[in-house]
Amino acid sequence: MAGLRPWEELPIGGAVEPDPALRPRTGGWRTGLRPQVDLDGCVNCLLCWVYCPDSAIRVVDGAFAGFDLDLCKGCEICAAVCPAETIAMVADDG
Amino acid sequence: MASVRTARLLTGSEAVANAMRQIDPDVVPIYPITPQTPIIERFTRFVADGETSTEIVNVESEHSAMSAAVGSALAGARTMTATSSQGLALMVEVIYIAAGMRAPIVMAVGNRALSAPINIHGDHSDGYLARDSGAIQLFAENAQEAYDLMVMAPRIAEHPDVLLPVLVGQDGFTITHSAEPVELLPDEAVRAFVGEYRIPAPLLDLSAPRSQGMFAMPDYYFELRHQIAAAMERAREVIEEVAAEYEELSGRRLSALEEYRLEDAERALVCMGSTAGTVKDVVDELRAEGERVGLLEVRSFRPLPIERIRAACSGCSEVAVLDRADTPGGVGALHAECAAILCGSRARVRGHVYGLGGRDLSPAEIRAVFAGAAPRYVGLRSAS
Ligand code: SF4
Ligand code: SF4
Repeated sequence: MAGLRPWEELPIGGAVEPDPALRPRTGGWRTGLRPQVDLDGCVNCLLCWVYCPDSAIRVVDGAFAGFDLDLCKGCEICAAVCPAETIAMVADDG
Repeated sequence: MASVRTARLLTGSEAVANAMRQIDPDVVPIYPITPQTPIIERFTRFVADGETSTEIVNVESEHSAMSAAVGSALAGARTMTATSSQGLALMVEVIYIAAGMRAPIVMAVGNRALSAPINIHGDHSDGYLARDSGAIQLFAENAQEAYDLMVMAPRIAEHPDVLLPVLVGQDGFTITHSAEPVELLPDEAVRAFVGEYRIPAPLLDLSAPRSQGMFAMPDYYFELRHQIAAAMERAREVIEEVAAEYEELSGRRLSALEEYRLEDAERALVCMGSTAGTVKDVVDELRAEGERVGLLEVRSFRPLPIERIRAACSGCSEVAVLDRADTPGGVGALHAECAAILCGSRARVRGHVYGLGGRDLSPAEIRAVFAGAAPRYVGLRSAS
């Protein structure tokens, strides 16, 4: 196991600091569906941001700003929790 | 040393509840179970009376209590809880997690037998179940020690070299429900002794976000779990440091191991918990009769003071180890460990299981153990 760190050098309790260079691309496992928003209906409650398990909701200046498809796994939770019913799941062609 | 010393008549439960009041933990997630219940009854009364600022979290089970405790302790709040028996059994899954995530939770345990048959009285089966979890485990001899160890516990748990949960055990009913004179330290002295809660990476520190509770594959699990073993080794020294500082404050020394009249002893008995009090009386009687006997009281079951046990028994020819929990199909846990520690010494090590489900151990039976005349299961009714 060359290159692996010895126990003395590991963070206490395995608490890991995020490394932007190693940003995971969980979107690669997407289910075949992706969320699509009709922004006219969005009331900016950010419930989708709260519920998204993969931090795939973009927020810019405190406002909903679409989806990060590098991260979105297509779980449909945002569509289910959106009180304005303005998120639809559509076929993921990319 | 305290200048004015006043003892109050308190049960072990009340003594520990008072220690918790003085420590004033931030969060106490808790679920009642006999014989722990009087601890939390008394403590929640202190909270309701405004004597502490603790947030009590009423949960639906001990599993939830320990889970909430892990989150709270790692978020950055000093967290305590309490349990017994089946409740401790239900917590064990999460105690392993608390140790692995290095959550310095302090827990009072009213040690009690495990079902079945259901029984509410004292033995150490519940503590033994948590033996390998990575939690530090201390056993009190009486109500005073339960109080003292509870005040010491946050300092041990939260020490930067340790960061492990600490279980402070007191024998169910024998200690939890028996009133005896207990000296409490002044509230300010306890508060100053325990100090502020500080952990290296609180979850609520948004300036340094971290992922906790990580997944580890075969390439890292061994190393991460080994951190616990290393912290346990360091805890030996920390316990003695805290004990020395606590002695300055209280005049009482609660070392990981107490050697009672062992100096020139030929025969030693090893035990934990309230039984040690009875054994001390029997040792005094036997000494008065000219017998060279002594007691080794193990106060820290985890980490076990291995080197000190070896040194303390170096002059003995016979060592009898009492386990207040059985290991069906094996050798009593404390017995097996003492036998391993003393392997190669001149001492012959015997083991006995006693006191299950609250069965008393009489002075006559302790004499029989010293004399080498007791069966492996002391106090068991047997047709043969
Ligand atoms: S589908 Fe799931 S992963 Fe994708 S944005 Fe919605 S909640 Fe997040
Ligand atoms: S949950 Fe719906 S309404 Fe609320 S911010 Fe998200 S898209 Fe907009």
